[in-house]
Parts: sequence; C-alpha cells; structure tokens
Amino acid sequence: MNKPSLAVFKFASCDGCQLSLLDCEDELLKVAELVEIANFPEASRRILPGPYDIALVEGSITTEHDEERIQEIREGSRILISIGACATAGGIQALRNYADVDQMVRAVYPQPSYIDTLATSTPISRHVKVDYELHGCPINKYQLLEVLLAFTAGRRPQVSNDSVCMECKAAGNVCVMVAQGEHCLGPITHAGCGALCPSFDRGCFGCYGVKEQADVESLFVFLRDQRGMTTQQAVALVQSFNADAPELKVIASDRKWGRRREDRPE
Amino acid sequence: MIQWTAEQLDAFVQLLHDEAYEVLGPVIRDGAVTYGAMQALPVGYGDEQAAGHYRLTQRGDQTRFGYNLGPSTWKQFLFPPSETLFSVRDDLIHPVENQPGKRAFIGVRACEMAAIEVQDRVFLQGEYTERRYEQRRQQVFIVAVNCSQAAATCFCTANDDGPAVRGSADMVLTEVNPQQPWYLVEAISETAKKLVAKIGGAPANDEQHHQAQAAVNEAAEQISRQLPRKGLRDALFDALEHPQWDDVASRCLSCGNCTQVCPTCFCSTTQEQTDLVSMEVRHQRLWDSCFTEMHSYTTGGAIHHKTRSRYRQWLTHKLAAWEDQFDVSGCTGCGRCISWCPVGIDLTEEVEILRKSP
Repeated sequence: MNKPSLAVFKFASCDGCQLSLLDCEDELLKVAELVEIANFPEASRRILPGPYDIALVEGSITTEHDEERIQEIREGSRILISIGACATAGGIQALRNYADVDQMVRAVYPQPSYIDTLATSTPISRHVKVDYELHGCPINKYQLLEVLLAFTAGRRPQVSNDSVCMECKAAGNVCVMVAQGEHCLGPITHAGCGALCPSFDRGCFGCYGVKEQADVESLFVFLRDQRGMTTQQAVALVQSFNADAPELKVIASDRKWGRRREDRPE
Repeated sequence: MIQWTAEQLDAFVQLLHDEAYEVLGPVIRDGAVTYGAMQALPVGYGDEQAAGHYRLTQRGDQTRFGYNLGPSTWKQFLFPPSETLFSVRDDLIHPVENQPGKRAFIGVRACEMAAIEVQDRVFLQGEYTERRYEQRRQQVFIVAVNCSQAAATCFCTANDDGPAVRGSADMVLTEVNPQQPWYLVEAISETAKKLVAKIGGAPANDEQHHQAQAAVNEAAEQISRQLPRKGLRDALFDALEHPQWDDVASRCLSCGNCTQVCPTCFCSTTQEQTDLVSMEVRHQRLWDSCFTEMHSYTTGGAIHHKTRSRYRQWLTHKLAAWEDQFDVSGCTGCGRCISWCPVGIDLTEEVEILRKSP
C-alpha cells in the first residue's frame, strides 16, 4: 500500500504551528516513514503534485485570494485538518473583526494602497468543510503526532476535549482562581497545554480555544459580580488568540452580557 | 489513651521516616495546604473558605492541624490521576507491575476516612476488585485526626461522618489547646500500638479526655451547612425534571473541578499512548469526570450532551444512585466541591431548592 501523502498549507499565521511538525525532531523520521511528505514548503523545496490524502491547514482567511485558495485545497485533499488558533478561531488577527480595517491599514502602513485585505479574519471551517480541528496557540506537537497517527490508521484521535481544569487538577496544581483570585480561562478552555500557565501561578489565557459545552458567559458573570472584574479586563481577556470564537465574541461585543439565560434572546 | 506534647508528635513523624515509611501529609504549597511527601508538620496554618474561595491564613498559634481541607485528597495516592497499566511492544503485552512501598497518611480527617471507606467499597467489594488500588491500600498506615475546627464549607455532621473519626484508622489524634497544643492519642491497630509505644507519653486523665471531646464538639458546633439525608434519595429521583437543573446549568461551567477534588469520585478512562520512536504503546488509565463529553460518549454521540444532564447525573449519582449501588452515600460532607468550584456552586443550596416543589 502506498503511504498516504501529506501536505501543509499556510494562510494568515505566524508559522508556529507548522513549525511544531518540524520540531518533532526525534519523531520526524518516523513521520516521514508513515506518510509521504508531498508538499511542505517550510521543510523542503520538493513539491509533489496533488491531490493529497491529508492536508494540514494553518492560518486564517484574510484575503480574497485566501478565499479562493482554500476552496482549491479542499478540492485537492481527502482529509483536511485545520491546526492552531488562527485556523480554528481566526487568531489574534481576528481583532480586526471588531474594528474598522481601513482605519487600521491607514494607521499601520505607509502605503495603504498596497494592502489588499478582507475586513475580517475567519477560521477555515467558515469557508470549507473541515474534517478535524486541532486547537492551540501554538498546537502541541504530541497532539499533532497523535492526530497524524490516528488519521493514517483510520481511527479517532485521542485528543482530550476536556477543560484545562482537568489537566490542572491531574497535575496537582492548586487552583489559582480559587486560592489566589486570579482571573483564569481554564474552566472554559480546551485542554492540550497541560495547564501550562496555572502551573506557573497565573491564570489561563485561553490559547487552546473554547471547549465544548463551555458557559463563557457564566464564568464572566461570576468574575464580574464576585471577583470585581471590569468590562475592560474581560474584553482584554477574550480578545486574544481566539478572537473570532463566537462564545468569546459575545463577551467582547455585547456589552449587556450577563443576563440570565432565560432572559437571553434565542 | 495517652497524651502527647507537640514535640512528641513531631518525633512520631520522624519515627515514621526512620521506619522507612513514605510519609505523606500536609505540605504548604501555592497558597494552600496540600498533601504530599512531607518532612515535618507545618505549624500554625489555617484557611478561610467559602463557595469558590480559599485563602491560606496564619493562625498565629502552634497548631499542627489547625487547617481544614485543601484541594488535595488522599485519592491521589490510592488511585493516582494517571498510571500505565501495561504496555505493548513487539506485539507482546508487558505488564507494568505495581509495587507500592509502605506509606503513612498523616492528618486524615473524619470525612476523609469515610471517603476512603467509600472508595474501598467501590474498588474492593463485589465480584471484581481493583488490584492496584488494593495493593496500595494494604500498604497504608493511617494517622487520622479529629477536627477541632470546621470550615464554612464543611457539613460532615449531615451524614454523621464527622467531625470525630469513625472509620478504621490505625490511630486517631485530637489536637487540644491551639497556643500550646497537646494531643490525645488513640492507637488502634497493632502496628500503631507498637509505633506509639516507641514515643511513649503519659496516660490521658479524665480531664484531658473531657477537653479533647470539647474540642471536637466545638468543631461540630461551627458547622453551619446542612444536607439533610432523610428521604434525599427519593426526593432527588422525584425531581428529575425540576427547573432548578436548568438554573444550575446556566451557572455550571462543566469544567469537572468538583469531581476532581471529590474524595469519592472514581471515574476513569483509558487511552493508548503511542511512542513513535520505540513503537511502544502504553495503556494508560486517567481520571475522568461525568462533566466531560467523552464520559458518556457512545456511538453517535454523548448521552450527557448538555451541562444540565451532566450536573444532574453527578448530583443524583453521588447523593442517590450511589446508595443503591454501594449502600452508602457518595458524599461525606467535606465541602471541597463548594470551595473549589470556580463559580462557587454549592450543592447544599442546590439540593435545598431541588427538594422543594418548583
């Protein structure tokens, strides 16, 4: 049987996630035995023609050209896996979704006319069908290996969708929110980092995105009403790596968050 | 029973080290009293607790057990958060042997002793026993402590699990007189009697027995939370469609913290971890929680898909179905799920509402 072919594509991103594949070092040769690395410009100039069995897609969609290219990639890939906060939730560049992009372009670039960009930064799943999303900013390389192994073997990846709290408690950490009053996104954040920040005595930033069944609003209502968090602090906390996650956008853009569930519009 | 000074208690802890026990007990770490490998008992620490709130405090006295429960449980030593059960290499199964050495738990409270006995029922009774738990459990020497104070989150009296130790500890201490503490020592097991004899100590007189009892009574009087057990099982099963489940679901984050700090929660999952380089696959057991999606996942989706049904599953199992299954409540009133809930959900308040008709 031929080895499945692997391609790595990049959109608006810092390259950190695909770098975690190169960062596999000890395991990289095994990966090369497992799959045919057919299109990975960051690793090799050798580019084999598609279609590909597995496409890893990093970055968010921020230009018209991106919008076309992701359609082509989808058509040319059997399995499409989006990796990282940009590809799964718009990334830090999705802060533009809350602002006037033309004004930003004029403020930043000496020649704004050279810039051709969309008004939004959006995740891959907003544009094409995605077979699997691996969260994180950046992703965890061991989780990436697990996902690659799982898809080449045709099984479900063993990537926990629990909260960061589950990893934090398993690590034996003392909760920084309860014992120190830190503002922490751990309870609503997807596991995967091994509770890195709380292990170093500070609250979770939410790099790994919003977990399933997360009640983001409930956490922020508690932080505001019981822990004195200001709206400004709340907005700063959610407007970061996963800025386009719908659950976080509620906190950042709806100034009236915190109504009780039954009073919220459907 | 005999009476020890604080110095004799400290000497006893040292004796356990000398007798080659791995001594596990209170360790001050990251702003809390946690349990871990300890040299000597910390002195003069207390805590302040409320729903979703814990602060370590300095009591300004000489107590060794002036603190209440922190986030750690003894469960982590008997049923660790993760362990490899076996590995597969070269198409062969390689067992990972569990060879625990002898351990001493210092400062096991009444509710914790009750919780250990709940887990004993879960893991050791019935047709299938959990061998690794059993191997560890047999190696443990338990130094229990009657509580002389209670936290605002405690409710052990609700189920008669405390504040006096009722379980099968090897020995039980009562700490009296915080400024210059002394200890009433009850050695129960033969091992405890032998070890205690090496320290010595004067026989306790009637007055000292009386003072120790008064200290425990005071702890009981400090307990303000209630969780009345009479008729609770039926009341909860009759309230499965109570609107309060929606209310609590609108606050619950489904993060799993309550189950991870619970001394009786025993759910686990397994996963295969593949090492690409050695091609070894490790079969690991990890703590799980009924608040995760995968806990109830079967083909096609999770049964407890929404937070409402996860919270209901947790509470009705813990306080009701547990009785059918193990002939005991799953709650010993330690209050950890109240203190360590990031949004301060208090099961005693929820139960009170659930018991009233909507």
